[in-house]
Amino acid sequence: MKKYVIIGNGVAAAGCIEGIRSVDPEGSITVISAEQHPVYCRPLISYYLEQKTDLQRMHYRAESFYADHGAEVLYGRTATEINADTKQIVLDNGDSIAYDALCCCTGSSPFVPPMQGLDTVDNKFSFMTIDDTLALEQAVTPESRVLIIGAGLIGLKCAEGLHSRVKSITVCDLAPRVLSSILDDKCAAMMQKHLEKNGIDFILGTSAKEFCGSHAVMQNGTEVDFDVLVLAVGVRANTAIVKNAGGNVNRGIVVDDACRTSLADIYAAGDCTEYHDISSDTVKVMALMPNAYMQGHTAGVNMAGGEAAFDNAIPMNSIGFFGFHCHTAGSQPEGCEMYEETDENHIRRLFVKDDKLTGFMLLGHMHRTGIYTALIRNQTPLSSVDFARLKIEPQLAAMGNAYRDKVLKGAV
Amino acid sequence: MKRIYVKEEWCLGCHLCEYNCAFANSGMTDMVKALRGKTIYPRIQVEQDENGITYAVSCRHCKDPICVKSCIAGALSKKDGVIEIDHSKCVGCLTCVLVCPYGAVIEDGSGVAQKCELCMKNNCGAPACVKGCPNGAIVYEDRGEAE
Repeated sequence: MKKYVIIGNGVAAAGCIEGIRSVDPEGSITVISAEQHPVYCRPLISYYLEQKTDLQRMHYRAESFYADHGAEVLYGRTATEINADTKQIVLDNGDSIAYDALCCCTGSSPFVPPMQGLDTVDNKFSFMTIDDTLALEQAVTPESRVLIIGAGLIGLKCAEGLHSRVKSITVCDLAPRVLSSILDDKCAAMMQKHLEKNGIDFILGTSAKEFCGSHAVMQNGTEVDFDVLVLAVGVRANTAIVKNAGGNVNRGIVVDDACRTSLADIYAAGDCTEYHDISSDTVKVMALMPNAYMQGHTAGVNMAGGEAAFDNAIPMNSIGFFGFHCHTAGSQPEGCEMYEETDENHIRRLFVKDDKLTGFMLLGHMHRTGIYTALIRNQTPLSSVDFARLKIEPQLAAMGNAYRDKVLKGAV
Repeated sequence: MKRIYVKEEWCLGCHLCEYNCAFANSGMTDMVKALRGKTIYPRIQVEQDENGITYAVSCRHCKDPICVKSCIAGALSKKDGVIEIDHSKCVGCLTCVLVCPYGAVIEDGSGVAQKCELCMKNNCGAPACVKGCPNGAIVYEDRGEAE
């Protein structure tokens, strides 16, 4: 009987468990969970603040998930060391666990750049975990003035979540625009306007220079008084344990399409990894929940002796604020052409290079967008479809008869 | 397993399947009251190609469903071959709309996702689009294909 060990208990780990069990019903599975919670939907913490969900509904899987899959979870434990030669991991309490196949789903941690006087701020929070969220919830009152450092996905979802529970929210970012990792200037400007209309204030293009208690001074001289500070500057992949074991690590743990690290019988999946983005043909950290699941599942199948590859990864984000959504996927490689359609309340930008759709940004109207995403993921030659029709609206009608027959007259 | 298949050569492009779908999932007993004067958000969509050929598109209940793998709320799952959405868990992030390669997951007009569940959760008993199609252009049958 094979011994599987998974370090981490997020969505990549859940994917790994399900992947293993799709091949091997027998082997033992041990999960090392630093957090005291069964696997939950991390991106839902902002919806929790917004009271659109609760702790019970935030569970990613049913209560019986681990039992149903014959997995044992060690809660409150962290792995401190991997010995790749003896195939053992060491826990923070000194225990050793042997493995035949190991998957590192260690996730990422908030990155806090050095900022002067940060230690003088009492009410400061990250926004990554349920425990962060519960602590933040305790700290805010209807009179709170909240300062959020970081106008990325985490910072802005936090702003939306807190919006109806506090007096004011100011978001500051070094980038000159919101959601700078996924939107260009024009798209970001439309989203920012919408956020401002809903009462979120912005200080962009500058960073916090100094904190003194509940007072912040920005590099550009702007001063902000606040009661609660949220640090959402960015995240860093948790790579140390694999690096220390001698594995290949850059910004993330290096994995191949089978989610193997450079070390024998050690796999990695999720936010701790870097991997190939087929839309830009580059390797990057794509800390995205759907990809984390798919990597975890791929790793699990391979750990159990099956054969799986996650070889069509792309960055993709579906995110909305106060009822206004955006969908982005792929990338905008140098030299790509852009097709654009826009009016006051929506933007559709499609990026094309070498007869392929490489990416898109859609704001305001999200209908059947996955047809575009599939064009990127499948690297479909645009000369083989009716792209003129697709530009107007995503539709199977533009994909050719053979594809349509395959999809609608058969099982896919 | 039984699946929905489309016979486009029989489709009239009448869009009745869209109305039957919206009605079946409205929870109401009177079609006129359920639909009159309302924008409908059916889980099946009639398309028309450049030759004027029409056909209906709904969830294919994929063998390897990317919507289930991508759901950030754990709201989508596959049970006995049917991809279901747990509306109590869906928060309306619309990641499923972003990933469905066939455009078969649809925003429901109130901000959350919905999709064809083969009328297994409503009072219809069998897919309303199939029952109501006047020309037999949508069928629900077992062609021996895997789940």
